[in-house]
Amino acid sequence: MSAIKKILQPVADLWSLVVGLQITGRNFTRSQVTVHYPRQEVDPEVNASYRGPIMLVAHPRNQAKPKCTACMICVTACPSSCITVVKAPVPTVTPEQEKAFQEAEARGEEVERPSAPREPVIWINDFSLCSLCGVCVEACPTHCIEFSHDLYSVGTSRSDFMHDLLVPFPEALRPATPEAPKAEEN
Amino acid sequence: MRYEEMGLTEGDFYSRNFQKGAREDTLILNLGPQHPATHGVLRVIVELDGEYVIRAEPVIGYLHRMHEKMAEGRSLYQYLPNMGRVDYGHALGWNWALVGAVERLAGFEVPERAEYIRVITTELNRITSHLLWWGAFTLDLGAITPIMYAFDDRERLLDILQMATGSRLTHSSFRVGGVCTDINDKFVAACKEAIPHMRARLPMYRDLVTGNTILRNRLEGVGVFDADLCRRYGGSGPVARGSGIDYDVRKTENLSIYSRFDWKVAVQQAGDSMARYLVRMDEMEQSLNIIEQALASLPEGKVMMAKAPKVTWAVPKGESYFAFEAARGKAGVHLVSNGGKFPYKIKLRSPCFSNLSLFAEAARGTLLADALAILGSLDLVIPEIDR
Amino acid sequence: MLSIIPPELIRIVVGMVAVMAFVAINVLVLVYAERKGAGHIQRRPGPYEVGPHGILQPLADAGKLMGKQLLTPIGADPILYWLAPILSFLPVLLLFVPMPFGPVLTVQEVNLGLLLILAFAGINVLATLLAGWSSNNKFGLLGAARAVSQSVAYEIPLLLCVLCIAFQYGSLNLSTIVEAQGSWPWQWNFVCQPLAFLIFLVSSFAETNRAPFDLPEAESELTAGFHTEYSGMGFGLFFMAEYANMVVVSGVCAALFLGGWKGPGIDGVWWFLIKVYALLGLIIWVRWTYPRVRFDQLLNLNWKWLLPLATLNLLATVFLMKVF
Repeated sequence: MSAIKKILQPVADLWSLVVGLQITGRNFTRSQVTVHYPRQEVDPEVNASYRGPIMLVAHPRNQAKPKCTACMICVTACPSSCITVVKAPVPTVTPEQEKAFQEAEARGEEVERPSAPREPVIWINDFSLCSLCGVCVEACPTHCIEFSHDLYSVGTSRSDFMHDLLVPFPEALRPATPEAPKAEEN
Repeated sequence: MRYEEMGLTEGDFYSRNFQKGAREDTLILNLGPQHPATHGVLRVIVELDGEYVIRAEPVIGYLHRMHEKMAEGRSLYQYLPNMGRVDYGHALGWNWALVGAVERLAGFEVPERAEYIRVITTELNRITSHLLWWGAFTLDLGAITPIMYAFDDRERLLDILQMATGSRLTHSSFRVGGVCTDINDKFVAACKEAIPHMRARLPMYRDLVTGNTILRNRLEGVGVFDADLCRRYGGSGPVARGSGIDYDVRKTENLSIYSRFDWKVAVQQAGDSMARYLVRMDEMEQSLNIIEQALASLPEGKVMMAKAPKVTWAVPKGESYFAFEAARGKAGVHLVSNGGKFPYKIKLRSPCFSNLSLFAEAARGTLLADALAILGSLDLVIPEIDR
Repeated sequence: MLSIIPPELIRIVVGMVAVMAFVAINVLVLVYAERKGAGHIQRRPGPYEVGPHGILQPLADAGKLMGKQLLTPIGADPILYWLAPILSFLPVLLLFVPMPFGPVLTVQEVNLGLLLILAFAGINVLATLLAGWSSNNKFGLLGAARAVSQSVAYEIPLLLCVLCIAFQYGSLNLSTIVEAQGSWPWQWNFVCQPLAFLIFLVSSFAETNRAPFDLPEAESELTAGFHTEYSGMGFGLFFMAEYANMVVVSGVCAALFLGGWKGPGIDGVWWFLIKVYALLGLIIWVRWTYPRVRFDQLLNLNWKWLLPLATLNLLATVFLMKVF
């Protein structure tokens, strides 16, 4: 029995080579699976589940403003320290207003001095550091950060990846300092 | 000798201190850290007699990223994404090892649905990991086409995994106390579609590669590890199971809900490269079985436990060890906490590190081509070795 | 004026120029065919961006190779190092001299055509050895050692198979052998010499260093083997020589076993080219299917299987010729 097997073994070996050729030959005739990227793109439905660079959610009542309250929890939560948020400053009080407040206080009235708006003036995500872990998304108490599905984020310089997340919001507050244009560039 | 004349000393610390053997007529060859067969930045210094390897010495540490040290400077929640970077092949296996260690220490109960999602995604990830290995291994052996077929299937599975984890390579969807996203009907439908597709593809793999006589001759009887050798070096995963050790953490430690499913631990007795190869091919089928059964009995419910820990949550004081059967072997996390903000110490038990230790012994006396076949059959992921 | 120059010389000069053009065009076509074939086997498009369906890709590659800097590694022997690629490519042109493209389309009919081809093909081994040895690289040295033992070993069964045919027709002239075969496939030599045909095919894979016998340049073991250190056109010449050798081997195989320019219908050069390209297609197809054999297995296959079988086949041929 083993003698026959020994004789037949080379035949079986050769046959396995023919089978290999058959498979590659069959695949040769089948259609390609490549997606020719710049001309074609993958099914957008597939991208819908992709967790891309983060973005801010609009305020439910005012779509032109972000929902973010600049509570800074995401900044501390981020393991890669890639988020920069600057709170809106307390509005400067003009001397006339100050005078009015003081007079009102002197009269014994309750004075409501202007407080800082609960909004960010700078919200930058350094995407070159971001690892898309989603800790900020989960940590955000107001659920104002979410993943975009942008698969094709590319850039030619480091500064291209300093994503300014306030750009889509026309009514978002802007810092009065000269730093502002720097952030807008991106 | 022109190097000396030019004032250059040959090689670096390792190759200069690689002790020359007793024989004079040998050749010391430096494979890597950039070499097509070392899958990344593993470096192997070999002493050759013609084509025969007299000694082989792996040099590691080219991709050391201080993952263990990083754990001491961030909360566990923040540390989770690191796990996907430790082993890019089977990221979810490592995810599970870490959250498992924390849950064991804190005594958390994970909701049933989350357990099921963990099992399904981890097993899917195991298949993609094995497909990656399969392609790369056949590439090592000189067959260039199989990796393309493997990637075709891998991409399909990654599309499914992306629905559950949001990423395609460094998945990190497990959280302490559950998983971060629930799966939807689309995911279930895509899974149910992918299982028969993969089952139809596996016979093609078998005919194209496994049955090929050239490949069989390359692998059979090459790099035989006996069970004793495996135990001595702490080999685990497919490497140990290829040597006849019936050890799978999922089964032996009765992890999670694995005991509810009907599946077998793939074991081969031969201990050679072919045995390790066959174990992995079997495992793919077993993983498909597990996924199919898990999908059939998927319960409804929440995917995060109530009062799940938040970002700044501090691990309670204590010590715990949890091991999970990752695609490459036993991935263990030893967590020590002193109750502070950050873990006191995390030790990662890397299966590849132990498996690589087998290589030096097994490669002795083999041909250079065989040594590289053994290296490939160990399924090494260098970032995991160096951590 | 023209009468002073012997017509034979004109024929050879014109023939050599034609051969050079043929080789150059063939290399370009083959590089494209190989990459496109590999792509389709792997279900991807292959070269696609340069020109329509990537048809200009080989030209772009050639331009890139020519534009690259030629580096001589430290410690290399510069003369031998640069001699090797030339030595590898030039003899290939000579191999086309006795190649029977068509009834009259042969550069020069040589009585010992087969001998000429086999003799000059041997120079390629020397070139490979020099390349590996002179480049002062351990990978190169190992590759060269492999190449030599492989080529020397596989030349023997190749020769024995060729001898079978030569005995059968009593000639070493390729044109004569082609003439003696009929027009229909069952009148070709591979029918009466199937074993010799098979052994010739296998040996020619090994002779041209093609997968699954591409051990001298096994990239997963020796990075690039004997041409590890070569850059630019130094590598390009090895590359061209490899493809030109493939054409030669396929041409000889077509002439010896597949009836050369003869075929059903009208005989002519097209039949020869069709056969050559079919064989080249097979070589490419095989490369993208199989893993690489190991070195000792390669030699075992030769010494334990091919050589005894080829010898037996030769003896049987001689015996049968004596009897009938």
